[in-house]
Amino acid sequence: MPARALGFAAVAALCMLVLPASAAVSLSTAAGRYAISQNGSSIRFSIANVGGGSLNGAFAHFTGTIRIDNRDVTRSAVSITIFPESVATGESRIDAFLRSDAVFDTANERSLEFRSTSVQRTSGTTALIAGRLTARGKTFPEKFTAELSGLKSGRIEFHVTGRVLRSRYGMDVGTPIYSNVVVFDMTLTGRRG
Amino acid sequence: MNARIKNTPGGYGWGAIILHWIIAVLFIGLFALGLAMTRVTSQRISFEMIQLHKSIGFLLLGLVVLRIAWRLGNVVPPLPPQTGQLERHAAPLAHFALYLFQLALPLSGWALVSTSVLAIPSMPFGLFIMPNLPLGMSASAEGFWLNVHVYLAYAGMALVAMHLAAALRHQFWLRDGVLVRMFAPSFHEGRREVE
Repeated sequence: MPARALGFAAVAALCMLVLPASAAVSLSTAAGRYAISQNGSSIRFSIANVGGGSLNGAFAHFTGTIRIDNRDVTRSAVSITIFPESVATGESRIDAFLRSDAVFDTANERSLEFRSTSVQRTSGTTALIAGRLTARGKTFPEKFTAELSGLKSGRIEFHVTGRVLRSRYGMDVGTPIYSNVVVFDMTLTGRRG
Repeated sequence: MNARIKNTPGGYGWGAIILHWIIAVLFIGLFALGLAMTRVTSQRISFEMIQLHKSIGFLLLGLVVLRIAWRLGNVVPPLPPQTGQLERHAAPLAHFALYLFQLALPLSGWALVSTSVLAIPSMPFGLFIMPNLPLGMSASAEGFWLNVHVYLAYAGMALVAMHLAAALRHQFWLRDGVLVRMFAPSFHEGRREVE
């Protein structure tokens, strides 16, 4: 009986060792240059309010590239341009407010830009991306966590999350009723090209 | 000192006088702020003005409840003996209507923010979270309460104008000291002594 139990344990241990390596996609095998496609991608954000709810929205229009270095993942780079005119929350009055000079000022500022400055690999499929975010003429360093969630025939998918303090960019309207922290949750799908 | 804070049959005490004037300033100020906040072009300034309007509205509601309690717990100084029968009947009705509007306006505003699909929490003066009234959020309910709030505001201002006209009539036409007794207890008491 103990011998049989030991046998099960050995098989289980072997599975645990082998399965993650075979099931998960690896950053090192994903080398190449990818164009972020709006088809299959989403850039969502959420701002908590003091009442326990949150303001949730998404940007419909954005563009960008992901370059993954073949030999050294840390030399990879990401750039994203978001067009805030495309912001949508499901409530037209809030959308108009976000586009106004109270927040994005889309009449004068056409885009939000993120350019990575460093990529630090944190596991086989995850990385910490540091970069510079520019919004309304102000640039600050920001960090996002990226997890490789899919890689198949020239198509790559990342789940990217991060927290940005909006007050830095002159968008502190509504604090403290609405949190200063904007939580980003993005799915970025790139096509090799 | 107690007589000067509470009303006496001879005139209003400081309690009623101070509440009257604070509420008068807030009530008229809220109307002006309400007009301005919906007309200002900057959405940022408009947002901040609306939050201030809500804060002052909740303050007004609290003061009006206090004022009604004060009114119920105090004698009401009678009108001068020479006051006509029509005014003797109309004045209490007008005062009752004024109290009603002072309550209904902040309550309808509270209903408006509670039903608004924008779901912006109320945080009076940034101090605490004021819960919403238990009314369902919907665009139709929000539109209804917005109309109620706006029409009540205009009707309330018409009533204030009538109240002001009546007070000025007492002061400059009838010269019976009715307006002066709402300035300070001593003014009225002094006048009575001279008389």
